[in-house]
Amino acid sequence: MIWTPLDTWIVAAAAIAGAACALSGSFLVLRKMSMMGDAISHAVLPGIAVAFILTASRASGALFIGAALVGILTAVLVQIIRQYGRVDHGASMGVVFTVLFAIGLILIEQAAGQVDIHPEHVLFGSVELVPLYTIRVLGANLPRGVVVVTIALVANLVVFAALFKEFRLATFDPELATTLGVNAKLMHYLLMTLVAITTVASFEVVGSILVVAMLVVPGATAHLLTRRLLPFLTVAVVVAIAAAVLGHLAAIGIPPLFGFEDTSTAGSMAVVLGGLFFVAFLFAPEHGVVAKAFARIGLRVSILTQDVLGLLARVTEGTASTSTPRTTTDTLREYRRSPFRRRRSGLQLGLTLLRLRGLVRRRDGRYALTGAGRDAAAGILRTHRLWERFFFDEAGVDLSELHHAADYLEHYTDADLQGALSEELLRPATDPRGRRIPE
Amino acid sequence: MSVDTSAPATTSDTALRVADLTIAYQRKPVLWDVDLVVPAGVVAGIVGPNGAGKSTLIKAVLDLVPHASGLVEVFGKPYRKQRSLVGYVPQRESVDWDYPISALELVEMGLYRKIGWLKPVTRAYRSQALAALEEVGMADFANRQISRLSGGQQQRIFLARALVQDASVYFMDEPFAGVDAATEKAIMAILLRLRQRQKTVFVVHHDLETVREYFDYLIMLNMRVVAAGAVADVFTSDNLRRTYGGRLTLLDRAVDAIGGIRQ
Amino acid sequence: MNVERLLRTLLLSDYNTRVVVFGTVALGIAGGVIGVFLLLRRRALLADAVSHAALPGVAIAFLVLVALGQSGRNLPVLMIGALVSGLIGMGCVIVVNRYTRLSEDAALGIVLSVFFGFGVALLGIIQKMRGAAAAGLDSFIYGKTASMIRSDALLIGVVAVVVLIGTTLLFKELRLITFDPDFAAGDGWPVGTLDVTLMALVVIVTVIGLQSVGIILVIALLIIPPAAARFWTESLRLMAVISGLIGALGGYLGTAISGMAPRLPAGAVIVSVMGAAFTVSFLFGSERGLVRVLLDSLALRRRVLNQNLLRALYECEETGCTDSADGQIHYLSTARGWSAPQLRRWIRRATRQGLLTTGENGCWDFTDHGRREATRVTRNHRLWEIYLLEHADVAAAHVDQGADLIEHVLGDALVAELEDVLADRDALPASPHSLLPANEARTS
Repeated sequence: MIWTPLDTWIVAAAAIAGAACALSGSFLVLRKMSMMGDAISHAVLPGIAVAFILTASRASGALFIGAALVGILTAVLVQIIRQYGRVDHGASMGVVFTVLFAIGLILIEQAAGQVDIHPEHVLFGSVELVPLYTIRVLGANLPRGVVVVTIALVANLVVFAALFKEFRLATFDPELATTLGVNAKLMHYLLMTLVAITTVASFEVVGSILVVAMLVVPGATAHLLTRRLLPFLTVAVVVAIAAAVLGHLAAIGIPPLFGFEDTSTAGSMAVVLGGLFFVAFLFAPEHGVVAKAFARIGLRVSILTQDVLGLLARVTEGTASTSTPRTTTDTLREYRRSPFRRRRSGLQLGLTLLRLRGLVRRRDGRYALTGAGRDAAAGILRTHRLWERFFFDEAGVDLSELHHAADYLEHYTDADLQGALSEELLRPATDPRGRRIPE
Repeated sequence: MSVDTSAPATTSDTALRVADLTIAYQRKPVLWDVDLVVPAGVVAGIVGPNGAGKSTLIKAVLDLVPHASGLVEVFGKPYRKQRSLVGYVPQRESVDWDYPISALELVEMGLYRKIGWLKPVTRAYRSQALAALEEVGMADFANRQISRLSGGQQQRIFLARALVQDASVYFMDEPFAGVDAATEKAIMAILLRLRQRQKTVFVVHHDLETVREYFDYLIMLNMRVVAAGAVADVFTSDNLRRTYGGRLTLLDRAVDAIGGIRQ
Repeated sequence: MNVERLLRTLLLSDYNTRVVVFGTVALGIAGGVIGVFLLLRRRALLADAVSHAALPGVAIAFLVLVALGQSGRNLPVLMIGALVSGLIGMGCVIVVNRYTRLSEDAALGIVLSVFFGFGVALLGIIQKMRGAAAAGLDSFIYGKTASMIRSDALLIGVVAVVVLIGTTLLFKELRLITFDPDFAAGDGWPVGTLDVTLMALVVIVTVIGLQSVGIILVIALLIIPPAAARFWTESLRLMAVISGLIGALGGYLGTAISGMAPRLPAGAVIVSVMGAAFTVSFLFGSERGLVRVLLDSLALRRRVLNQNLLRALYECEETGCTDSADGQIHYLSTARGWSAPQLRRWIRRATRQGLLTTGENGCWDFTDHGRREATRVTRNHRLWEIYLLEHADVAAAHVDQGADLIEHVLGDALVAELEDVLADRDALPASPHSLLPANEARTS
């Protein structure tokens, strides 16, 4: 694998295109309109084709205007078919973009003889050719493709920076936005225009289909990691740039390992994007699959130890004497309503964990709470009995069913909620059966 | 044919038994620890504030939402074995009224189970469906596409579909929601007729003012069963306060916490 | 353009054309019929994700074939590859949906683009492989009907027959789960299994369509014909038939037209023909077409105007302002706020319809038919008004029947019901509110 200045330009073009797509695509994801990005990126094909045929050139203002028009046209047509034809949203998108794409494909095939355009280049991009066509900008020779995507990126940055508040409002609270005078419809079509322009600017780099990956996947990845808009956009842009670098490396680095030549950078970028999404899917700190699994295990452990603590406290409560009360596992298991009657190993595990934490002591096969253990157990009993009081007083639950409900809720009650509960019930001293509620 | 399918109604006088039923959406409990024993032959209202789990209770009984735990028996046997005895009227908003189907065809759906796999709807079945439309006063609209009916009329054909199921136990999800006075009367008449035929009917209901008029049995629900029994016994201001009382916000907080941790 | 060639294709005069047309027509029928249920289940774009996800499967199947020393152009093997990876793609959509907070939309976009990207990367490798003719793979992206041979067409035909038999046998079951899955489940039908059966048929049609229409456009076969058919009928059975016909028409005409000139990709032409059929249906469909809907609403508006006019004239007569045409016009425009030219136009129309006639002193009078109609309209209006006034509490519930247009669309049943409620009313009750007296209109 050899890295040349050409590769640097290729990565630069892909990264800039990715960043631009990630910005407008993030809003598509947030507004649950990802497939609209798919529809527009397919539908701009006839716009591109017509602009090509008319100007016989790849770089022209006409291209952008054509794209913007087709982008808006797509959004409008989808809306018309949906509203006046009462066709399902997904289906009306499907109708519009397939027909427009088909027309575009026919136009390009027809023009391919006369103009320098090939469907593959439009569909899959030709980032490898980017460094070959240069234009002079501000006295420097820059690849045209890089300049074009930079313009798109700047356009995205300008629009979103200028209308950040409006977009945030229209995205997260469209009803409030309307009452505050933000025209949701206008924002919608502005976003559609921006998506169309970004798509067209990027198609030379990534092609009009893989641009969907650039639009949707960075935003979707960010969605797994954060909910706040600014970090969201940042993550999306970083993901897109990382995908550009890694994608190109993969394209020129991986196939040779298996004895093939290099492959399409755009395709590899999409694969890398998919990989990054998958990593976030698994390892996102809060919502990742792994984090959720750990949280579930943690929850079960904490429920187990709390159950054991509460049980120990109840068993030893009545026998309050000067010496520390002790008890055996058999007593614990046979205690009234013990959750461990048929779970000997669960009880053992809980006791062991509590001993490791210094909340429980063992001597001669008998267990006792330590000082810290007594405090912790008192808190659990307090919560439990407060809930029982609550259900009895406020919700009219039968005495016989109190334990079940309180037992469930005690594990989810933090200090705050416990305080509020106590206040709400006017600091009761006893539970409905007259047992003391520990402080 | 109504004689033999409703036969089990006379062999057992408990239409529905629910024990220890707990339902969680996204691991957030919406209904817990529901215990119910409802006698056969009653028209039972299910009332409670928004989010109390009224529809969820029906869907759980019908096995449409996964149970966290619990047991559901219809006439003394597990629900799964008694499906043919149960009829269902979903909420009106739950379907696409633009669907290309006529009122008559919609009612025929209630007969599909009897018709069986792969067989077409024959004329005999069609006239059964037509009779049911007649019963709800909608025979004139048999061939009309369903979006061209008023809300009340749509509700009535939903009821007609349930009628042709010829079940012993009916579950109706808010049949009175957003209907006109004429439909309300029509539904009432149908409920009365069902009671005369010894059917058991469960109705999710919103309007407390009509409870005494419509139902003879009442289930008051707010995430759990607050009270259940004959309307005269349980429809008391005390139970109403417990069901609709605002002082359960702490419970909501706990439930939120559970949802937050477990999701 | 070559008309002779078009004719030759249309008339199926040579063998190859017959094969290709048979294949595309069968494909159009299969897609159109199964697409109806896909559309009604609101899963149209899932098929798009599945078709895009098929590309890496095709490429991997190709690589495996080459690695085994075979020709890479073994269609059944490529299709199996497409099928497997399409199904994996569908599974990914379900997993992303189930385990993240992302909308289904985003899940579709991710799977579609990432799988397709993987396919493109693999194609990039294949294209640079020495000695391996990758030419055949292009047709999977753009579609190439010309390469269709007899066995391909037969395969498509078999699949079409399977789809037709399957949907005919399962018609009632599919209708049930696409309309009301909750009711179906409550009724004891295995909704999950039926759903899987439906999606399996969709995936199979998608995969056999890849070669002729291409990955990107194949969903058009499943979406456009049913969406177009919906404009013509309110019956599911007819919708399926019409959809199948539109699919067949698209396949037939599309293939024929693409044969007319070089560089007309058949898949794109087929989809364009279907697009044209959709446009026609959208505009002129006999049940829900735009023109029909507009005409209906125009007719309703006219009826409302006409009835308002008749009632206004009736009230005019009641208050006794029938001495001259100008007086009538003046009264009507004062009482109702209509402009004189508008009024004259409406009156002319009502006269043409035989409702009004010019009386002795030059003013307008009702014909016999017109009088009956005016009495009926006025009566309905007043019954309704009285009902609203006296039963305001219950009447509010009637709002779902169409707000203020209601009196114009009162069915006989509802009128009977009104009469029932207002049993003690005269045949034509007086207006509950005072009408504008004729002399006041004259002086104002």
